[in-house]
Amino acid sequence: MSTTTVGSHAAAHTREPNGALTFLRTYVFSIDHKVIGVQFLFSTLLWFVVGGLLALAVRWQLAWPWSEMPLVGRMLFSAEGGQISPEFYTMLVTMHASVMIFFVIIPILAGAFGNFLIPLMIGADDMAFPTLNMLSYWFMWPAFVCMIGSFFVEGGAAAAGWTGYPPLSSVRSAAPGSHLGQTLWLFGLIWVGVSSMMGSVNYMTTIIQMRAPGMTMFRLPMTIWAMFITAVLQAFALPVLTAALFMQLTDRLLGTGFFVPEGLIVNGESAGAGGGQPLLWQHLFWFYSHPAVYIMILPAMGMVSDMISCFARKPLFGYKPMVYSIAGIAGLGFIVWGHHMFMSGMNPALGMTFMVSTMMIALPSAIKTFNWLGTIWGARIQYTTPMLFALSFVSMFIIGGLSGIFMAATPVDIFIHDTYFIVGHIHYVLFGGTAFGVFGAIYFWFPKMFGRTMNEFWGKVHFLLSFIFFNGTFFTMHILGTTGFPRRYADPYHFEIFAPTQTLNQFMTICALGMGASQLIFVANFFYSLFYGPRCGRNPWHANSLEWQAPSPPGHGNFDFQPVVHRGPYEYSSPHAAEDYFPQTDPPVEGEGQAQHGH
Amino acid sequence: MGKFWSLLFLLVPILGVLCFALAPLSGYWLPPDISEHGYKIDHLFKFCLYLTGVVFIATEVVLFWFMWRYDGRTNRDPVKFSHGSHNLEIIWTIVPAATLLFIAIYQMNAWADAKMRTPNVPAIVEVTGRQFEWRIRYPGPDGELGTEDDIHGVNDLHLPVNEQIVLNLKSMDVLHDFFVPQLRIKQDAVPGNKIPMWFTARETGTYEIVCAELCGWGHYKMKGRLTVESREAFDAWLKQRAAEQKATQ
Repeated sequence: MSTTTVGSHAAAHTREPNGALTFLRTYVFSIDHKVIGVQFLFSTLLWFVVGGLLALAVRWQLAWPWSEMPLVGRMLFSAEGGQISPEFYTMLVTMHASVMIFFVIIPILAGAFGNFLIPLMIGADDMAFPTLNMLSYWFMWPAFVCMIGSFFVEGGAAAAGWTGYPPLSSVRSAAPGSHLGQTLWLFGLIWVGVSSMMGSVNYMTTIIQMRAPGMTMFRLPMTIWAMFITAVLQAFALPVLTAALFMQLTDRLLGTGFFVPEGLIVNGESAGAGGGQPLLWQHLFWFYSHPAVYIMILPAMGMVSDMISCFARKPLFGYKPMVYSIAGIAGLGFIVWGHHMFMSGMNPALGMTFMVSTMMIALPSAIKTFNWLGTIWGARIQYTTPMLFALSFVSMFIIGGLSGIFMAATPVDIFIHDTYFIVGHIHYVLFGGTAFGVFGAIYFWFPKMFGRTMNEFWGKVHFLLSFIFFNGTFFTMHILGTTGFPRRYADPYHFEIFAPTQTLNQFMTICALGMGASQLIFVANFFYSLFYGPRCGRNPWHANSLEWQAPSPPGHGNFDFQPVVHRGPYEYSSPHAAEDYFPQTDPPVEGEGQAQHGH
Repeated sequence: MGKFWSLLFLLVPILGVLCFALAPLSGYWLPPDISEHGYKIDHLFKFCLYLTGVVFIATEVVLFWFMWRYDGRTNRDPVKFSHGSHNLEIIWTIVPAATLLFIAIYQMNAWADAKMRTPNVPAIVEVTGRQFEWRIRYPGPDGELGTEDDIHGVNDLHLPVNEQIVLNLKSMDVLHDFFVPQLRIKQDAVPGNKIPMWFTARETGTYEIVCAELCGWGHYKMKGRLTVESREAFDAWLKQRAAEQKATQ
């Protein structure tokens, strides 16, 4: 049994016996995982607003191209008469995706929820390396500065797409954003990578070393399993991206030409000696960025599993298959990157190999979906806000998963590659999936984070509007994709075949604006509840996992007792318990053992 | 409220199916296919659509039904205290695995035809992407590219109908992508590489060439025109272009 006692380790040394910490050490340069988690949460939510506004600007242009943006147009683009320029449009699509992926989704899952939940859910007093943990947050700040700053440098922000494909990205004369903006983008991503790597090392160590007595690996909640496997993915995939980022950086700054062929001339300017291959970047980039797609959804899957089991008042269906399918997704995730490159000029025989592995990765996702459905079968569902978001995750993930099959089918991909079909697909996975999962997780763990509950009524209104407007915005994208409508076009309507789609695009933009506006309800609810929400006890949802046994919010060191674990986290409605939940710390009852291992 | 939420979730499959049923009727659909190989792609698209459609409807309806039936407010049955079912896990692992493997194998031939089995005919034209236009080059009377009598053009591609075309795709600067929706062809143009594309156009007419890979601020306006015409018209056009070119030299 690989459990260890809860040691105070490093954390104890930095905390004085009387617990008095300066304001700076408590709230700013804190080494407490909960404070760091909340810092990540606030930062990423702020970036969520930025990324969302960028998206709305993209939508504005697609619905009413070259028309003056209401309210903010004159202020932002006075030189262009209040309209978005095509140069700025490419920056919008690039920065929307970059911000959402690297500054919102990855850090909100690992940084905010990973940090906050891992020690609490495994019964530890903090992370294994608290100082490293603090640094993982503060290393995000140089990245923040790079990204924001890039909008104000000559030529503007990076404009080569979030995928940063050379030579567009690496040759200065290729695009306005390929001046200083692209360099700052590369530095920004390198800093994010440093932060992620610090987090990842810490999460793996903490989960392996610091579990409470009795907390075996197969008694871990799915959230922790997902965080653990995600951390492993990060640790193995990230170095490749970092290397690629540095290579592009030296291509740009030192003329190394890793990704630039010989004798290339762009816009009348020589791109240097060259001798490289643009496809090399794509291989390196996707070697990280495809596993990153799973880094962006596995933790949400874990959290959703916990919420669904809790509000179904029923054990998670197929706990071990769920764990194995996460591991399966992670493993297969390393050999599917080539499906982003079916049309790239990569050897088509290699494409066929990637097609087969890509088809097979749908399998573990299917297994997970069936097990979620199995969990609510025969349940007594409580329709709370977090449960609604968790169920919508399942519903939306079904769409996102199934639409992936179209792209994986290589001949079909010939038509839909780089059209709005793929844009719809990714948003069903990352918004309908991950973002809805994250909203659910915020409503679910908010009481633990701040000791108060969020308003349920307004939470449901937020859910209802988000759900409707989300589908209005993104389901239609599949239809748009079937017309061949290409992505990253500032104005597709001068093409005869795309001109009729403008009405559809206007409908989508109206829905997107509605979705943006609905988030104001969430913001208001969040901040109101932070100060005036009703106080809650330790376990407002009557959940089983360890964090609900700690005070709300937990103080330094988390638990005011030594948690000892006697069972898995999903013993809801157990015949051995008096209530319909059975906390992991409750002492064992007679005859319980058989029931537990009886599946 | 459980019933209300269940019905909201039921809207997903209903409206989803409705959307895909109405889209072709209202013209938002795959553009008419004018290629010889395109039917394979369209067939696979519809195959995926029906297959995923069935899974989509089944899972979403089950989700709805469980949400409706097992609403904690109305369901008086005791919770089924179950940790899973070994048999079910086996079934829902093997069935999707076999289905996915079938889809994988089923499509291989179409892919090989489209991208691997290069026909043994010389390239009729070379298309080179450049910010933000398509440069077209035909071999002149000597039948060879790279000689003085090459015929050059910009954004104006002519091809004969009902003939096996091989087109060499290149890029002068950044990545581009040669996409003609009605021909069901798409291929990235990569600087430093020469990538062959092949197809047979079966209907005369003019079609738009779309750049489908972000190539800079003018990506959206990188539009070419493809004219598919009879062999005679094509030869005449080529001759006329050659004459025009000679006159300006």
